[in-house]
Amino acid sequence: MAEPKRVERPLSPFMIGPYYRPQMTSMSSILTRITGNALIAGFLLGAWWLIAAVSSPGYFGVVNWIVTSWLGWLIFAGMAWAMWYHYLTGLRHLLWDTGRGLDVETAEKLGWGAIIGSVVLTLLTLIILAIF
Amino acid sequence: MRYLTDRKRAVGKGASGSGTEHFWWMTMSSVALAFLVPAFIFVFGHAIGMSQAELQAYFARPFPAILTALVTIVGMRHFAKGAQVMLEDYTQGSLRKGLVIFVYSLSWLISALVLYALAKMMFLAAAAQQITN
Ligand code: HEM
Repeated sequence: MAEPKRVERPLSPFMIGPYYRPQMTSMSSILTRITGNALIAGFLLGAWWLIAAVSSPGYFGVVNWIVTSWLGWLIFAGMAWAMWYHYLTGLRHLLWDTGRGLDVETAEKLGWGAIIGSVVLTLLTLIILAIF
Repeated sequence: MRYLTDRKRAVGKGASGSGTEHFWWMTMSSVALAFLVPAFIFVFGHAIGMSQAELQAYFARPFPAILTALVTIVGMRHFAKGAQVMLEDYTQGSLRKGLVIFVYSLSWLISALVLYALAKMMFLAAAAQQITN
């Protein structure tokens, strides 16, 4: 009979640094986590801005000033890059989940693809938004 | 003696407590976001720089309103579950529980704020239409 016993499970060790040297694969992977979590900053600022848009004109003026200032531009441009990077590596994850593209050579190529692709898509986004 | 099979006793006792449910939920929300996010980037980016009145009218329109609501609801559930995985990798015990509760709360708060703002914009637009009629 298996006795129900509470166990304090160990954390998995953090591999990069003490055990593994930084590599393309591990760096592009950890960056997926960092960008995914960082996106909350964009949602916070965006939600605050939308709430301000249905508040008094004075309050909207303050929040809108932040959103349209260089700081707001920097945050949302950063969010666009984080979103595109997370998007591309997210697709890479879905591909990996099907068992494809897991060999080192392909994984490294996909990593470079995500880094270069995210920069290109971000510039394209900013250009298109500036025109229209 | 309790009449439980060994299998029944094992269910829910794995590291996740819920089998592969969490993983499958991330997969489903990822596919949904893969379709929603590209459109949302441009719909949202286009709104930056508008006046307050323009903003209210813009997000009261069906496409921007429904897209923004979908991205927020699906995106915030995806964020909460994603952040939970990160927290479970790096923290333990009560700190882990506290932080997971915090990110879940934050994601629901953001969802409520956005839905409230959208609802009010739609209400304002409908009220304005009543007056002009
Ligand atoms: C609404 C914007 C989004 C936010 C806030 C967000 C946030 C996150 C977070 C916090 C994680 C956990 C990262 C980790 O700890 O490993 C995550 C994972 C993931 N995201 Fe997103 N994400 C967003 C959009 C997307 C999109 C558009 C896709 C698909 C193209 C996607 C695909 C994935 C996948 C596949 C994972 C799992 C990765 C893994 O298992 O390591 N996400 N996301």
